[in-house]
Amino acid sequence: MPMNLSTSDVLRLAALANLTLAKKEVDILKSQLSNVINYFEELKKLRTDDVAPTSRTTGLEGVLRDDQVDTERILSVEDATSGSEKIHNNTFVVAQVITKDQ
Amino acid sequence: MNTPLTVSELHTALKNKNYSLTGMLDGYFARINSNRDLNAFITVTRDYAYKKAGALQEVLTNNPNAFAEFPLLGVPIAMKDMYLTKGIRTTAASRVLESYVPAYSSTVFERLENAGAILVGKTNCDAWAHGSSGENSDFGSTKNPWNKEYVPGGSSSGSAVAVAANLALVSPGSDTCGSIRLPANYCGVTGLKPTYGAVSRYGVVAMASSLDTMGHITRSVADSERIFMITAGPDGKDSTLVDFRSGKHGVNKKLKVGIPKEFIEQGVDREVRGALESFIKWLENAGHKVSEVSLPSSKYANSAYYIIQPAEVSSNLGRYDGVRYGLARDAFGMEAKRRIMLGTFALSSGYYDAYYDKAMKVRTLLINEVEKVYEDADLLLAPVAPTLPFKLVEKVTDPLKMYLTDIFAATANLTGIPSLALPNGFTKDNLPVGIQLMGKKFGEKVLFSLGKQFQSQTDYHLKTP
Repeated sequence: MPMNLSTSDVLRLAALANLTLAKKEVDILKSQLSNVINYFEELKKLRTDDVAPTSRTTGLEGVLRDDQVDTERILSVEDATSGSEKIHNNTFVVAQVITKDQ
Repeated sequence: MNTPLTVSELHTALKNKNYSLTGMLDGYFARINSNRDLNAFITVTRDYAYKKAGALQEVLTNNPNAFAEFPLLGVPIAMKDMYLTKGIRTTAASRVLESYVPAYSSTVFERLENAGAILVGKTNCDAWAHGSSGENSDFGSTKNPWNKEYVPGGSSSGSAVAVAANLALVSPGSDTCGSIRLPANYCGVTGLKPTYGAVSRYGVVAMASSLDTMGHITRSVADSERIFMITAGPDGKDSTLVDFRSGKHGVNKKLKVGIPKEFIEQGVDREVRGALESFIKWLENAGHKVSEVSLPSSKYANSAYYIIQPAEVSSNLGRYDGVRYGLARDAFGMEAKRRIMLGTFALSSGYYDAYYDKAMKVRTLLINEVEKVYEDADLLLAPVAPTLPFKLVEKVTDPLKMYLTDIFAATANLTGIPSLALPNGFTKDNLPVGIQLMGKKFGEKVLFSLGKQFQSQTDYHLKTP
């Protein structure tokens, strides 16, 4: 059965993804995303009951470096904060997420 | 100055003192300037390049071993604007990063610079590398140098155009599902998508981490190999890297080349098929064995890809919140929003099993089929894309139609194998067309060997628009 995303589906996905959409964008995305999702229906033709999922192709496991500070490869505080103008006492200023009442 | 087409041509000219490095750069920046309408660059690094050239000219003048110690001495390179370059703006072609100046460099850029290469600019691409035509850039579309009404292919659009139009000799790009091979194919140049785990992704803006590979666009296969020898290998920073270079496998003189029948059954343009057939003819004349093989699940590779990739995109682009660098999330363009939401959908409760988990299982099926086929084949041959270069704006309003451009690219990325795109002809409208050769994992050497053999007998890769 073809999937048709509703306006509230699209708004819920946008909220989950922390995106704000204009009304026009909601309408466009509703049909475009539904189209693409319906394209995925063809995958149902493939039987995958006994197949293990693959998330990576190298087969490498537990690649770790020594737990030691290497000053060659760490950024100075100045460099690390150079991308933002909203810096206070060498830290990033973020938007308030908890109100006083909480 | 005669614009060199390969690194060895450049080095011969430098050894013969036909021009100095500064003189060489004058030529390149004049070309970059007169080709601004192609919109290949987001940032041109003129001052930076002349400063580098000054230092390297001293090496060239005073060090008798200059070319041995700096195998890319003076080679003008253009980095796709996904690669971080310390102190030089890196945008990922998105408004989100329009003012971002990184505090460190990508491994690939560092290695190329250490080998003597000179950065001339950062190339345009689809924003966040999301696209197949180069039209998703927040800095405007790049144009195909063979015909400016056509797309150059994407997402490494500016990289392919820079090499094709002789604005740089080498341009590193990234390939998550054809983003190096597609534009190389549409612009008539050579593009390498290396094995996943061969070249470091460190310092490159992440798109889909289990699929992203760092390759490059050059004119010749010989140059592609030259660059790969420098960029490949562990750097202690990307944990997916494998040190494969010690294993010295010889390359058979006569190769067995398989053609997956699923790649020719699906609506392939007549002229694309013609290019494939002419390559088959060349292979047979050169004594290689060509046979049909089957990868049944490859028909579903693109569907699986368009679930896995947006899922990883939605996670990777989660970090852009305007706090540490860049603008807030309202600066994302439409395509990024589409992919973030598609990925969020595929990963959301109630849909995860039907979409994301299913796609990962299809990926396993495809890997098994590819391994099986390689028991009796050295290489696979296929078209790069089912269609020829298309006109600008033709597909922008229909994302699904655009996504279908990638159907022949997905297999290499989902399975991790390398693929080399080679130009091998022109259409009746004088647009480039080519093929892709896929190898075994870490079997780049075989790809290079066959590619060099082909290019030693043909000159498609040396044609300029």
